[in-house]
Amino acid sequence: MEFALKTTQLTKTYRNGVTALKGVDLAVPTGDFYALLGPNGAGKSTVISVLGSLVIKTGGRVEVFGVDIDTDFPQAKSFLGVVPQEFNFNIFETPLQIVRNQAGYYGIDRRTALARTEKYLTLLGLWDKRDEQAGQLSGGMKRRLMIARALVHEPRLLILDEPTAGVDIEIRRSMWDFLRQINRAGTTIILTTHYLEEAEHLCRNIGIIDSGSLVENTSMRALLRQLHLETYVLDLEDSLKRVPSGLDGSARLIDPTTLEIDIKKEECLNHFYELLSANDIRVRSMRNKANRLEELFINRVGQPPLEDK
Amino acid sequence: MTAREQWIAYVTIVLKEIARFMRIWQQTLIPPAISTLLYFVIFGNLIGQRIGQMDGFDYMDFLVPGLILMAVINASYQNVVGSFFGAKWGKSIEELLVSPTPNSIILLAYITGGVARGMLVGLIVTGISLLFTDLNVFNLGILTAVMILTAVLFSLGGFVNAIFAKTFDDVSMIPTFVLLPLTYLGGVFYSIHLLSDFWQQVSKANPILYMVNAFRYGFLGISDVSLSLSFGMIGLFIISFFALSLYLLTYSRGLRA
Repeated sequence: MEFALKTTQLTKTYRNGVTALKGVDLAVPTGDFYALLGPNGAGKSTVISVLGSLVIKTGGRVEVFGVDIDTDFPQAKSFLGVVPQEFNFNIFETPLQIVRNQAGYYGIDRRTALARTEKYLTLLGLWDKRDEQAGQLSGGMKRRLMIARALVHEPRLLILDEPTAGVDIEIRRSMWDFLRQINRAGTTIILTTHYLEEAEHLCRNIGIIDSGSLVENTSMRALLRQLHLETYVLDLEDSLKRVPSGLDGSARLIDPTTLEIDIKKEECLNHFYELLSANDIRVRSMRNKANRLEELFINRVGQPPLEDK
Repeated sequence: MTAREQWIAYVTIVLKEIARFMRIWQQTLIPPAISTLLYFVIFGNLIGQRIGQMDGFDYMDFLVPGLILMAVINASYQNVVGSFFGAKWGKSIEELLVSPTPNSIILLAYITGGVARGMLVGLIVTGISLLFTDLNVFNLGILTAVMILTAVLFSLGGFVNAIFAKTFDDVSMIPTFVLLPLTYLGGVFYSIHLLSDFWQQVSKANPILYMVNAFRYGFLGISDVSLSLSFGMIGLFIISFFALSLYLLTYSRGLRA
């Protein structure tokens, strides 16, 4: 199997003595959509920064499509597109200048650079804003600008560090579609995100980093299979004042017409339908609560999800 | 990267640098023109007439090369320190660092940007000086070489400053406390023959003295120090600063953690 990214015993100790990575072994197959999750300060961004040469590793080995960064870092970097967590473009430049110049840094001639700039700014809905100062763009536009910039040299591996942070749900969904599209076209994607729902929707494989160590590295499906409970949200026809008898302990009344029920994997749903019918409770609709990955995440790293502390 | 790709990367950075200082021309091109104009009016015209001659030339003619070079030094230094520190501070330098562009190309491109601004400012100041005196050129080759090499050296100086700087105060500190005194004491306004032996020897430790004198030689054909020694000193400083800059660009904790 060919790997887009392979790290072997990757370690990083900063000058202040903090060890951010303690021997991380990561293997991301070519073509994968891989989620790299972890609480704040776990080491996710350090891994990404090592790849982008913004952090110098202390030890270990990193290969990008088989190219060792210690042997030929420029070649390895030419395969990579990096979308960092923080905005890191010149706010006085325009999207057109930012993306076109980035192409130039990869040795792409001006004519091709302009064509690609138009292509990616258009795909990300920024072509109309091409001549505005980047600092004047909205938060969502700035995020998309960074994605366009990272794609302009058409990298084989795209690394996205919190790409949808602060982006409204509509744009987030359209960005998901866009990322799926480029992944289907052959670009390997590594994603870190605070939105576990995002990782669950997009990614096939997942790694969880905690305190500088990889505590989980498996497929999303295998990870989700480990769940013992499924939570269903029921929209009720009539209002309830309390949780019906027989469902105590496994159900919660969120509001008078919304009931959440936890059902063990091995349990049959019929039992609950019978209980609901017996209590004359009519259900208008039912959906699976999308918090499955969150539960697993808390189990693995032993703390609430990835929101900023 | 192939040589052609490196060339494209180099040209991209250079064009970006030129576009940057042209975009803010009110801050980059006008101030040196105004300050030099004032120097010419006050030191050249008003006070200069009372001074008379210096090393056998009218004081205005003696002053012009030093003032032009002073403007070149400041412009090239300020361009690189301002641009590179700004990129570091705003993190846009990461655009370059994550790319496969070799560090040597990044450095050369920033130097070229500094030289471009230095030369443009030098030409503007030269144009202003023509309002006050007829410029005689003794050796155009030496004059041009010194101007370019000086701009290269002070671009490198600005680069080193930018890498070490953590705040905007750090950026302005070196020009104020190091560059300005060295320039003023580097024979811009006077010949070191006016000084006692002791202070002449002290002055010879000032690298700017060699540049100013070599540049003045290009205009007037006179110099307080040997021309070959001047070129030797400039070359030595350039090699040292280039090596230091390249090392810092590769390993400095100011850029990479």
